[in-house]
Amino acid sequence: MADQIPLSMTVNGRTRRGTGEPRLTLADFLREQAQCTGVHLGCEHGVCGSCTVLMDGEAVRSCLLFAVQAEGADITTVEGLAPDDETLHPVQEAFRDCHGLQCGFCTPGFVVSVAAFLEANPDPSDAEIRHGIAGNLCRCTGYQGIVAATRQAAAVMRGGE
Amino acid sequence: MASTAAAARYVGQSVKRLEDPRLVTGHGRYVDDIMLPGMLHVAFGRSDLARATITHLDTSAAEALDGVHAVFTGVDLNSYNDSLRASLHPPESPAPPANMLADGDVRFVGDPYVMVVAESRYIAEDALDLVEAEFEPLDPVVDYETAAESDNHVHPELGGNLAHDLPVPNPAQQEAFESAAHIITETWHQHRQTNVPMETRGIVASWQPHAGVMEVWASTQSPHEMQLVGARVLGIGEHKMVVHFGDVGGGFGQKMFLGREDMAVLVAAKLLAAPLKWIEDRRENLLASNHARIEQMTVSMAVDEDGNFLAADLDQLEDDGAYPLGGPATPGAMATMLYPGPYRMGPVSWRARTVYTNTCGRGAYRGPWQMESVAREQMIDRVAREIGMDPLELRRRNVLKPDDLPYQVSTGLFFETTISPDQTLEQAAEMIGYDDFRAEQAKAREQGRYLGLGMALYIEPTSMGMGPLGTESAMLRVEVDGHVNVFMGTGSHGQSLETTIAQLVADELGVRPEDVTLHQGHGSGYGFGTGGSRSAVIAGSAARAAASGVRDKVVAIAAHLMEASADDLEVADGVISVKGTPAASMTMAQVAATAYQNSDALPPGTEAGLEHTARYKAPPSTHSNACHICTCELDPDTGKVTLLRYVVSEDCGVLINPMVVDGQIAGGVVQGIGGVLYEHCVYDESGNPLASTFLDYLVPTAAEVPDLETGHVVVPSDTPGGHKGTGEGGAIGAPPAVFNAVADALAPFGVYPNRQPLDPNAVLGLIASASD
Repeated sequence: MADQIPLSMTVNGRTRRGTGEPRLTLADFLREQAQCTGVHLGCEHGVCGSCTVLMDGEAVRSCLLFAVQAEGADITTVEGLAPDDETLHPVQEAFRDCHGLQCGFCTPGFVVSVAAFLEANPDPSDAEIRHGIAGNLCRCTGYQGIVAATRQAAAVMRGGE
Repeated sequence: MASTAAAARYVGQSVKRLEDPRLVTGHGRYVDDIMLPGMLHVAFGRSDLARATITHLDTSAAEALDGVHAVFTGVDLNSYNDSLRASLHPPESPAPPANMLADGDVRFVGDPYVMVVAESRYIAEDALDLVEAEFEPLDPVVDYETAAESDNHVHPELGGNLAHDLPVPNPAQQEAFESAAHIITETWHQHRQTNVPMETRGIVASWQPHAGVMEVWASTQSPHEMQLVGARVLGIGEHKMVVHFGDVGGGFGQKMFLGREDMAVLVAAKLLAAPLKWIEDRRENLLASNHARIEQMTVSMAVDEDGNFLAADLDQLEDDGAYPLGGPATPGAMATMLYPGPYRMGPVSWRARTVYTNTCGRGAYRGPWQMESVAREQMIDRVAREIGMDPLELRRRNVLKPDDLPYQVSTGLFFETTISPDQTLEQAAEMIGYDDFRAEQAKAREQGRYLGLGMALYIEPTSMGMGPLGTESAMLRVEVDGHVNVFMGTGSHGQSLETTIAQLVADELGVRPEDVTLHQGHGSGYGFGTGGSRSAVIAGSAARAAASGVRDKVVAIAAHLMEASADDLEVADGVISVKGTPAASMTMAQVAATAYQNSDALPPGTEAGLEHTARYKAPPSTHSNACHICTCELDPDTGKVTLLRYVVSEDCGVLINPMVVDGQIAGGVVQGIGGVLYEHCVYDESGNPLASTFLDYLVPTAAEVPDLETGHVVVPSDTPGGHKGTGEGGAIGAPPAVFNAVADALAPFGVYPNRQPLDPNAVLGLIASASD
């Protein structure tokens, strides 16, 4: 077995330390050593987007990164978006309002991707929304509710500024 | 006990889902989230050859790797093979070909022949690289059209590749053909697709020695199928097989039955007395879970001079692959039986055959026999073109109308009076603006633009009430604090049952949906699970009956305590009150506390507690129907098809939650769009699968699908809530609608497609064939 390397990063505002081989993916570190099981693995080759997290504010595929590449980084997962246990993030609230999820497996990746997308593009057209979320796959919803949720979240987040 | 039925307060409302707060925040509990002390991880070694003899297999180097606990081959596990059959296959039916691990030979690329158990999945996969295996390749059977005649046998012990051959001739059909004005024949081909749940398959199994208990967490649509088959495979009592049901990330039929890998993990967990986890990776899922829709149907239809359908002759052939998931099925027989659909079709002759090939096994995929609608609806457009009649007009002429009902179909089906195919046809035509589109299309063609419109009308037998599928139970208990727990045999994996069952119970019992919690898996009564568009009707009716039983008791107790007449009481949102005198009331919690903790205060003779169990037996089937119409524009230079609009008019009876119904339809439609335009599990001539990643198997993204518009016709069914199943319908109607739209756009070229996928290459090929 390869050497275990010490790891340290900020995950949802808390410092998380662990160890892993150089080949340990960021997704597996987050799931197994940082209790972030909301990071879902749908393909492990960077297409489905279920494992999307924010690394220093940028949406990344945690299945395509090694944990060592995130050493010292600031990671936000889907678990870190809601302000408290009783309140949802506007994107999460919109997904619920608009039936943007059914089985819920792709949802964490979509929620994180949409949150990042709306940060960069607060007032998107429908075409921009469809293009903006085309990097994530959903097999249940036919995307109807997800597009509507993104539209709603954009309006709420703009209004809250 | 008199108990006025509660008014519908929640049924019919788009109640926000009770599942969602945990799922949108990442706090769902899927099988891969189960982490047990000492848990070991499983990886399977799979064949790279379609058909080969295993000439050498040495696992010693793999076993010696640090962190490896065990390596199993077929020799170790296959003594358990006698009991692998699914519950749908009765013990007396011929044993389907099945084993857990290939033994002696491999029969498709992806066939598992070795299983490593190690401290991590990383180490397990390292160990697979150390397994020494040598193979003698054999000529594979890849083409299902010639499989039946091949001297190469997928399963040598069966002596041939023909799994089923069911001919059902009908002399009346032949007679009708003799005098028909038109007989039109075409062979319609579907192509190999796969379910692609975003969560792959997976299982955690933990054996408790001496207790003799196998504790399982599984990604399944049917926890009771896991329990029954698992217990049989392990040779333990069903009560010793404890199946926990958490969140399940989609299935679309793939998780209805146990896979060979599930069974291997169960057996290995018992042999090792250690908790094991197997999570399928995406490559395994695309190559070795199940494929579907590899089929063709040759249809001849007889039509008179006015376009009236007279008779049809059908010949269906389907590819079962090597190890069909859930056992060899006969969807072809269903497809042919259902072919007449919502039309006066006249007498039908049919034949349905299934063959084995050296490819991934067939399995159920949302609308497993939707070939009936694919072949029929594509055929009707073809007939319309041949006889020079508008396809909407041709359908109007032949569709079943209220005066025709009830209707006995020549193939044995019986349609009750509660179907509405003609209404959905007209509503969809209205929604799309049929005449306006035809005018727009004509104008576009003059400008060299190629627009097309496709429609599909279908009727679907949902909630089928036979055999293991026939019933579901609900055990409902109002707890001491007034909260309601319902235990059911369903397996919700996206269908929103935690919400819709809660809505049904809320109305029937008189509480709020958020006062109701659905529990599935261990502790529930037997049920077949969630699939086959069956939960709303069958499970919903059971929940309703259980709630009704408890409500009667709640009212009786409250009447006694309040010294009121039961007839004067109403129950709503957890409050029992005297009609017209809301101040005179008590809460469900007060009634429950009395029922459990102050039972001496109950009416004389009343049993303590507040619980009721009900089991619902479904009628043979409850038919839903829908019409899909879509429009497209085709780019003749690139072959790209862009969908412009997509409308669905459907009748699923009384809607429990319109938001959920629309969501089910949308998901199915987009799977159908993907199937016709993008998705394809390609094999080369040697049986090598070429679509092993999401870069090759193209699941539609948000950028490829149009906005969907949904209309509802509501004709209540005769079942208790008036519901009809709706889970599969989108995936039944969409393929022929999209196909017909592309065929219509191609009309100016004088060509007619007869096979999918209609990807850019296929479209350009058709256009090129026109100019040849």
